[in-house]
Amino acid sequence: MESIGFLIDGFALAIQPVNVIYAAIGVIIGTAVGVLPGIGPALTVALLLPVTFKLDPGGSIIMFAGIYYGGMYGGSTTAILLNTPGESASVVTALEGNRMARSGRGGPALATAAIGSFVAALIATGGLAFLAPVLVKVAVKFGPWDYFGLMLIAFVTVSATFGSSPLRGLTSLAFGLWLGLMGLDQLSGQARLTFGVPELLDGVEVTTLAVGLFAIGEALLVASRHLYKPEKPIPVKGSIWMTREDWGRSWRPWLRGTLLGFPIGALPAGGAEIPTFLSYNIERKLSRKPEEFGSGAIEGVAGPEAANNASAAGTLVPLLTLGLPTSATAAVMLAGFQQYNIQPGPLLFTQHADLVWGLVASLFIANVMLLVLNLPLVGLWVRLLAIPLPWLYAGILVFASMGTIAANPSVVELLLLTGFGAVGFLMRRYDYPVAPAVVGLILGPLADSALRRSLQMSLGDPLILVHHPSSAIMIAIAAIALIAPFIFKGLSRFRQDED
Amino acid sequence: MQLKTIQTANRPAAVVAVVLFAIAAVTWWDASHMTARATYGMSASAASYLVAVFFVALGLAHLVNAFKPADIEAEAADWGAIGWIGVALAGLIGAIWLGGGFVLGSTLLFAFTTRAFGRRALLVDLCFGAVLAVLVFFLFNKLLTLALPMGPLERLF
Repeated sequence: MESIGFLIDGFALAIQPVNVIYAAIGVIIGTAVGVLPGIGPALTVALLLPVTFKLDPGGSIIMFAGIYYGGMYGGSTTAILLNTPGESASVVTALEGNRMARSGRGGPALATAAIGSFVAALIATGGLAFLAPVLVKVAVKFGPWDYFGLMLIAFVTVSATFGSSPLRGLTSLAFGLWLGLMGLDQLSGQARLTFGVPELLDGVEVTTLAVGLFAIGEALLVASRHLYKPEKPIPVKGSIWMTREDWGRSWRPWLRGTLLGFPIGALPAGGAEIPTFLSYNIERKLSRKPEEFGSGAIEGVAGPEAANNASAAGTLVPLLTLGLPTSATAAVMLAGFQQYNIQPGPLLFTQHADLVWGLVASLFIANVMLLVLNLPLVGLWVRLLAIPLPWLYAGILVFASMGTIAANPSVVELLLLTGFGAVGFLMRRYDYPVAPAVVGLILGPLADSALRRSLQMSLGDPLILVHHPSSAIMIAIAAIALIAPFIFKGLSRFRQDED
Repeated sequence: MQLKTIQTANRPAAVVAVVLFAIAAVTWWDASHMTARATYGMSASAASYLVAVFFVALGLAHLVNAFKPADIEAEAADWGAIGWIGVALAGLIGAIWLGGGFVLGSTLLFAFTTRAFGRRALLVDLCFGAVLAVLVFFLFNKLLTLALPMGPLERLF
């Protein structure tokens, strides 16, 4: 129960007026950017990283928490009012939510999404606060071989097991791993794949890759398809409040969605899509009015939205305790931490305990702010949806390139950004998922050094990886997860795209 | 005749396979030129070799797929629009390269991107982009003290 004491300390930090203002700014700009069509939470966080460059680590991580939750909330607003989900985890929300909006029940759809997200994030953040210290106690005993095994699991599950095509996911992962090789090797100082370009010695920035693949790739795709005219957002008519019946039909899906989302998010398997799909199917089976599914059932919004947010909080468990990002959003968050030389992992909880618990407390605060700010401000967000697409995408490109040159003012960085944009466009066009590349770039060098440290300790004997039962089991799980989709084609039913 | 059906079966997969083999070759070549050696365990080149082998495996798998019918149909693309975004990014990169500064570069980026999305009012969008770029410059360079590239225009402030 030591968590409670730490959490109180965290709240003492997060409740300071400056930090509350940071959280509020984060929530507002996170929602504003997340609402824009085609922008998911990963891109929201990547685009807004430069805003936090010059703040102190505590303040910026708190702002981050707000941006993250705000971006998630903004995505569901877009899904409900536009039917163009900004991320794959909102696809299910769009199914029922958009139908509800079309039949004039947009208000209650937004309300059940907002309150469901609130309930889910509240419970899941509580779960994070209590699960993380337990996991840290296990994780400090991990040797480099265990980390290597964990990373193999993450590689396989992120790219192969739950993707539409394991081959395409693995190819995307390989691209990320290859980019991860670039630069000076941490252990020996050997330059890899730099081709004599001094700017490449530092390696490829995760944010440059994420912004290039997501923002520029998406802009190229939208332009190439001639989707010039924005879809008209459906106006929110009538009361935004939920009726007694809406409440009655919503609270159980919220809780079930949370129970599905948090554990799946916390596993090093990644993806908020699976819990949202599972939640949708369960709610359809359990609903007293199953005939409403497909034409706007409130359970179909409440459950998946709760599952989505709970799993987002769940991905923070492996991220903070093991330094293991299992989604593109988490990978970009990790890049944000590294900007301040903060390396998530078990040591984080001893070295920067104040920061971790301040972050957890800020998640609670950001969550309350979202609920208070967003329902009344929904009219403002709807207006953002009506920005003409040429200006919207031109603005996104200006911001994307600004963030890149602010982080690293060199023409090489801009050329890399453009190159990644072209690759991102081709990957989208030919249905290759983008998220595994981002995860590969950030985990590749970590897996490399974990493997090499293991082999140094065993004096070069690779069997060390299977001599330890813990790492042997993890490598076996990774192998099974890699082979399974080829054997059971049905497993790849769940599409996992970038979020 | 047989050759023609093979060629048209799944051309993207074949192209990807060739690209993967090329990356594998470059990575292997790069690794073979590394000089740092570990006294025991694995040296820095080992990861490169592993990734190169991974690329070869993926390339082979794509090659197999290239002879099967494609499972997705790529949509028709407007390459003109893509060209305009290329021009827009080239405008930004050129402006920064030649010392034109952030505001000029971003203005060009903004105006040509709107062109890619079908707008013809270039002059209006140039003004619009310039206003946005100046706002962003003030917000990030002055308020948040980020180092954005300076040109003649930026030095006036």
